[in-house]
Amino acid sequence: MSSSIDFDVEKIRKDFPILDRVIEGKRLVYLDSAATSQKPSQVIKAITNYYEQYNANVHRGIHTLSEEATAAYEAVRETVREFIDARETCEIIFTRNTTEAINLVAYSWGKQNVLPGDEIVLSPMEHHSNLVPWQQLAAEREAKLVYLDLTEDGQINMETAAQLIGPKTRLVAITQMSNVFGTINPVKELAQLAHKNNAVILVDGAQGIPHLKTSVADLECDFYAFSLHKMLGPTGVGILWGKKALLEAMPPFMFGGDMISSVHRDKTRFNELPWKFEAGTPNVADVIASGVAVDYLKNIGMDKVRAHEIEITRYAMQKLSEIKDIVIYGPLDATKRGGVVSFNINGLHPHDLGQILSDNGVAIRAGHHCCQPLMKDLKVMGTARASFYIYNTLEEVDMLLAALKEAEKVMGHVACR
Amino acid sequence: MSLADDLYRETILDHYHNPRNNGSIDNASATVEGVNPLCGDELTLYLKLTPSGLIEDVKLTAHGCSINTASGSMMSEAILGQSVERAQKIIEDFKTMMLTKEDETVFEDELEELEALRGVKKYPVRIKCALLPWNTLLEGIETARQAQAK
Repeated sequence: MSSSIDFDVEKIRKDFPILDRVIEGKRLVYLDSAATSQKPSQVIKAITNYYEQYNANVHRGIHTLSEEATAAYEAVRETVREFIDARETCEIIFTRNTTEAINLVAYSWGKQNVLPGDEIVLSPMEHHSNLVPWQQLAAEREAKLVYLDLTEDGQINMETAAQLIGPKTRLVAITQMSNVFGTINPVKELAQLAHKNNAVILVDGAQGIPHLKTSVADLECDFYAFSLHKMLGPTGVGILWGKKALLEAMPPFMFGGDMISSVHRDKTRFNELPWKFEAGTPNVADVIASGVAVDYLKNIGMDKVRAHEIEITRYAMQKLSEIKDIVIYGPLDATKRGGVVSFNINGLHPHDLGQILSDNGVAIRAGHHCCQPLMKDLKVMGTARASFYIYNTLEEVDMLLAALKEAEKVMGHVACR
Repeated sequence: MSLADDLYRETILDHYHNPRNNGSIDNASATVEGVNPLCGDELTLYLKLTPSGLIEDVKLTAHGCSINTASGSMMSEAILGQSVERAQKIIEDFKTMMLTKEDETVFEDELEELEALRGVKKYPVRIKCALLPWNTLLEGIETARQAQAK
């Protein structure tokens, strides 16, 4: 089953060894890619190959292994630069994950630029990773957090956004795509509002970039943060992209080896971009494997990734909406959202649902999705969430539906208490 | 073994669908809230003690999963009318059962139902769902005793 003539999901599935796993006697149906994606064997092999053939520390040795490791590690910067359409390779900074990338900006840029009385504008659909760092910074700098309004169907109310983003705004921090609603946010319009008010905009791309063709130039943002593990790469690698002028003006975030150019007993000169922000031995193996993950997506083509996900999401939303007593969150139009579908079935706690689904081989996420304030707004304890990626099929949506029916049966589905 | 024939066995579902001692107490000796931040289980426990230290009344308002709600419901039945000391012993036995890998806890006949929750141990992430009401009760007893001591 494929969304276009040359997108062959069965062929793609063959690259993912984990999809052959059997859980409780049933074939794994992995619908939790918004938490982390599965990895193709090309990525897994890149890690083994590194450790078997050229493991060495980077930027240090003069021996062959170190030269090879350094070249492979640095090459990924260029791969990523091209993938996100950034201007310069030195604007690509390797971190551990999106959270660390955002913290880097909060600590380094934030402490230098956010002053008492300034406003930091967020949306209520931010993941804790794009909320807590700003909350802490605001408290420390006596700045104010301002939340944008959401529409009924989980989109940003752009009419009030034009008022909420104003002359006091110092920073707008926004997710490209919600990990609860799936909403794709109008980042470019928000960037224009921010810039009109001389504010800076940081975009959390953790959910966006694995699924949407992304150009930081088109988004017109100033910072862009994401994790490779949600886009077929290994865990432990994140990227911070920032405009060169901003990054150059920022102080280092962590100190130690690799981030220096010369160290004296009483003072240190820091290294230039991007190494200024990469203290200590980096995660060489996983960065190299991340480059393979990006190439894998590039080979498929992000337009095709998107088309496939729209097809699955549309099908899933249609099937799910046939369930009695279900509430589906976020925009109903599959072209306005990514492949993340959050829902609740009245009377069934998401954790009970998740557990019974797991016993049927179906992996979904259940809980607050690191969005506790949003859950409070929605007046729910949590939601069940199915999320799709390049290796998912329409048959797997049918298996999800069958497992949901089973859960209703087991729980003796009762009306909400 | 699957949840269908184990974890959600009849006892648990019965308590989940019809939780006992559900509600609140106006003039409680202690009112305490328990939260599992990771899964969002929330409950409020109301406890009323007699001057001599008997649990005269207990009520729970829970917003949680089946395990959490059932565990709280069974707990309320187990401790209602008992002395505080006896309740503490039941809490201790229950926690031992849930937290010891191969426990040998045996409850006497009228508390036997509690053993239905042993099945939860197969799902380690959900042990805390079962424990939340009990830990909240411990806190409630402490609060009520302090109030009485004043």
